[in-house]
Amino acid sequence: MTLPFYVPPEQLVKDRAEFARKGIARGRSIVGAEYDQGVLVLAENPSATLHKISEIYDRVAFAGVGKFNEFEALRVAGTRHADLRGYLYSRSDVNAKSLANSFSQTLGNIFTHEVKPYEVEILIAELGIDGSSNHLYRVTYDGTLSDERHHCAIGGQADALSKILEARSEQLGSLADTVNAVAAAFVEVLDREVDGWEAAILDPAVGRRTFRRLPDTEVEEILHSAG
Amino acid sequence: MSDENGRGVSFTELLASLDMIPTWDIAPTDRFGLEAPVATTVLSLRFNGGVAMLGDRQATEGHLVTHRRIQKVFEADHFSAVAISGTAGIAIDLVRLFQTELEHYEKLEGTRLSLEGKATYLGRMVRQQLPLVFQGLIVVPLFCGYDEAERIGRLYTFDVVGGRYEEHEYGATGSGGRDAKAYLRSAYRADLNEEDALDIGMRALVAAAQEDTATGGPDLSRGILPSVVTVTEIGFVEVDPAKIAAMATAALGDIR
Repeated sequence: MTLPFYVPPEQLVKDRAEFARKGIARGRSIVGAEYDQGVLVLAENPSATLHKISEIYDRVAFAGVGKFNEFEALRVAGTRHADLRGYLYSRSDVNAKSLANSFSQTLGNIFTHEVKPYEVEILIAELGIDGSSNHLYRVTYDGTLSDERHHCAIGGQADALSKILEARSEQLGSLADTVNAVAAAFVEVLDREVDGWEAAILDPAVGRRTFRRLPDTEVEEILHSAG
Repeated sequence: MSDENGRGVSFTELLASLDMIPTWDIAPTDRFGLEAPVATTVLSLRFNGGVAMLGDRQATEGHLVTHRRIQKVFEADHFSAVAISGTAGIAIDLVRLFQTELEHYEKLEGTRLSLEGKATYLGRMVRQQLPLVFQGLIVVPLFCGYDEAERIGRLYTFDVVGGRYEEHEYGATGSGGRDAKAYLRSAYRADLNEEDALDIGMRALVAAAQEDTATGGPDLSRGILPSVVTVTEIGFVEVDPAKIAAMATAALGDIR
């Protein structure tokens, strides 16, 4: 019987983290930001059909960066979690905190137990009820869960984007202002033209299910109207 | 497409994989005079550019009124509505499962099921209730919606074994369904507009309430009004209660 080589846990975690970070750094970033009426999620996405932003439940949106098949699996699991809870109890019993927690558990387990960690980062946005505060949760590849205020960036350029948005937080007012401010931050960080937008909002005016995708034409219109 | 546990886009399969679908092992002969509230008359009719659905609000147990304000007409999803007749407790849960199923599919797949797809699925759900039918617990839904591809309103009736039938003019089910259809047969015209369709539907419901004791007509003194909804290109809309009250008052004056 051969014994496996001893690898100290520090080294194991470091190697895995480095591997996951490399994968995520290649991914295009996504920003979630509050505006005066709701929550905007904006991503750079050249594909019009492979979505990075999706509806999970009435007031909860999901966005993922990194490997598509991995965050897609998490999205499906999240939708099942939410629908199951809403069906067994009540629609009002589905909330972003419990979803973010379950993503955090899943990613944490995969990070330590699986052959390779997931190369993904997840953003969960929740629209507050009747003007109560919105929530933005960020879950990283190792299951670290953080609760961000007002805006939240994930993906390769997350830190740079966060810094710019922090400095310009006074520009995040109406939906149009917020779309423009976030889009400008993307262009500044990437230092190139953006290769297609994917945008969605949680808008209380839509009805019970508040998630709405903003079509490309609408995003272009907002960006052009600001000159 | 399904994952390692054999779960696809179906919410019911998800429940089954978690062992969350209740089942009982009861023979058809084991029915010891079981009585459960029964929901009565619901109807649906097509008009130009959409479809309307109406339902009374009463549930009965034999000769007894058990509920006066029960809801029998529901939004299935943004472009469809479903109504129930038969054993209320089972039917209402069937609707909840159907609503969840449509939304679950829409979110996982990123597109809505076609209207026909939704109707077929509902038929399958009714068929799965077949063992309960032999216990006397019958559920018969009525389904209608706006067909986004064809740009018309369509409606479907069902039977107890899950048979699904598309109706081209109107449909009704429940204890007063026959009387409602008798009224609709003489009053219905092709090319109705929305306003006229709602008026005819309300009169059919009032006519059914006159003939069938289990059907509750509009009760203006208690403020109990029938459910009235439409599905058109803008989606599912519940008609304003003030408008329903006016329609009900007019219909009560006309139907004798």
